Amino acid sequence: MSVPGAPSPQLARFAVSPARRRRDRIARGAILTATVVALVPLVLIVYYLLRKGLGSWSGSFFTTNPTGNTFFKSASIGGIKSAILGTVEIVALASAISIPVGIGVAVWLVEYGRDSRLASTVRFFVDVLTGVPSIVFGLFIYIVLIVGTGSTYAGYKGALALSLLMLPVVIRSAEVILLLIPAALRESALALGAPRWRVIFSIVLPTALPGMLTGVLLAIARAAGETAPLLFTAGATLKTNFNLGQFTNSLPVQIYSDVTSPTTAVVNRAWGAALTLVAMILLLNLIARLVSRRSRLA
Amino acid sequence: MTSDGPPPRTAEMEPDELLEPDTATSSSPPAGRLAAASPDADSAAGAETRDVDATPGLSVKLDQLRAFYGEAEAVKGVDLEFRANEVTAIIGPSGCGKSTLVRCINRMHEEIPGAHAEGSVLLDDLNVYAGSVDVVAVRRAIGMVFQKPNPFPTMSIFDNVASGLRLSSRRRGERSKAAMGAKVESALRGAGLWEEVSERLTEAGAGLSGGQQQRLCIARSLAVDPEVILMDEPCSALDPIATLKIEELIAELKRRVTIVIVTHNMQQAARVADRTAFMLDGRLVEVGPTQDIFTKPSDARTEEYVTGKFG
Repeated sequence: MSVPGAPSPQLARFAVSPARRRRDRIARGAILTATVVALVPLVLIVYYLLRKGLGSWSGSFFTTNPTGNTFFKSASIGGIKSAILGTVEIVALASAISIPVGIGVAVWLVEYGRDSRLASTVRFFVDVLTGVPSIVFGLFIYIVLIVGTGSTYAGYKGALALSLLMLPVVIRSAEVILLLIPAALRESALALGAPRWRVIFSIVLPTALPGMLTGVLLAIARAAGETAPLLFTAGATLKTNFNLGQFTNSLPVQIYSDVTSPTTAVVNRAWGAALTLVAMILLLNLIARLVSRRSRLA
Repeated sequence: MTSDGPPPRTAEMEPDELLEPDTATSSSPPAGRLAAASPDADSAAGAETRDVDATPGLSVKLDQLRAFYGEAEAVKGVDLEFRANEVTAIIGPSGCGKSTLVRCINRMHEEIPGAHAEGSVLLDDLNVYAGSVDVVAVRRAIGMVFQKPNPFPTMSIFDNVASGLRLSSRRRGERSKAAMGAKVESALRGAGLWEEVSERLTEAGAGLSGGQQQRLCIARSLAVDPEVILMDEPCSALDPIATLKIEELIAELKRRVTIVIVTHNMQQAARVADRTAFMLDGRLVEVGPTQDIFTKPSDARTEEYVTGKFG
């Protein structure tokens, strides 16, 4: 092989032409620009969250309920304890409903429904559900469980609205992962004389677990940040409440009501709450990643 | 490498030598099983200390077997017998239906959407396609080894071998830890893998080499004590050394199971099979003792195929 830089006549035809070099540079530049354009708002969001939110963080910010005071500068406005705990409760209940049901639907679609008519219909409706605006889920629960029953807001109604929102995300992501599991794996388990349900529980699901976790986390993160489905299902309240049968506060609703306040301190509390929400989701992500890494064989 | 199976050995194996490794752990009654093993000991060329679990295999008889993918007929009425404790090779060009045929034997064919089979498959006297037959029980009696080694990726070597026992609900909870350990060891010995993995049973099965993985898969199917093992091109993804090991293993395994092996490799059929069946376009052309198929086939198409004129 000859030295690069000074190609011999035979090797000249292997040299990259200037035109192609130019096109390559333009294409690379375009992709890089797109990446930067996408990153700018992301970085700005994190920057503003930290700058505005960190200031309102303090010990009492997390340990006291909002007081409801927004007028008197002398009195405390309180923290976001009820909102944090409310969000945790509502999202936990919503996850407890939507994750088993969603994975169940995905398993049925992949292992049993396959290409049947019913399965295609289910897939179609799941897709439609994915595109439904979140406020519609809130409205649906509002009409059925609040107007329909003549009762009032409750935490579990908010959780139901969120679970409807999470369901299509869980189903679709779990289905994609289950489809990736090689057919050979199922076949070899079936050929060992394993009944289908055991193949699913002992082979397919454990193999798919790390992948499904990503979709589940995405669904949780999306649900945790939703305001619209909670506004007129879970309501808003000041006090911490471990009974999901009553009005339950949540971070998004707290942020929503705080940010419209004329008082600077209250608006700042909204920033603090927003940063808290982002931090919680990040934390959840990290924990889940650690758990799934440990559960896999090296 | 011998061309028509290992030479017969007249010397019978010493009972003690055969049983030594797991008299302490094995729960199988030794004397009766050994008696059944002795007449077949000729195929155990080079057997070291191995668990002899010679429950005899069962014969499999196909009667007008037809297999379909949707409307397309892949197997077009085949009558064929696989004799107990013999190795039968199925050869034929790609797409001739040989893989489909073996997948009909343990009813794996019907797992493919839109696929179904007609006719009957007799395991000894039992038609596995009879309405009252539990497909799960059929697959427990008829093990299968696939083209690509496919150990379960989430499981250790030990768990892979134990998986068949754990996954079959019938035996669930019946086995103590010690009994399970003995079973896994005997299956790994049966697959000639024990020496290589006994020190690292807790490591991932997927971390083994391709040939070891395939023997792990064989051990996995042996652990449930099948009477028949179907092998669908078990060596096509392996190098020659690993292939040789599997072939030696096949020669030994036929003492305890009936083996049906699909192969693209005619030398392999010649090396391992007692009888060979030649298929073409979904039909059985000819079946007979391996030597006859390769040296004096009665059908012109067989001759053309085995001499490399097509396929």
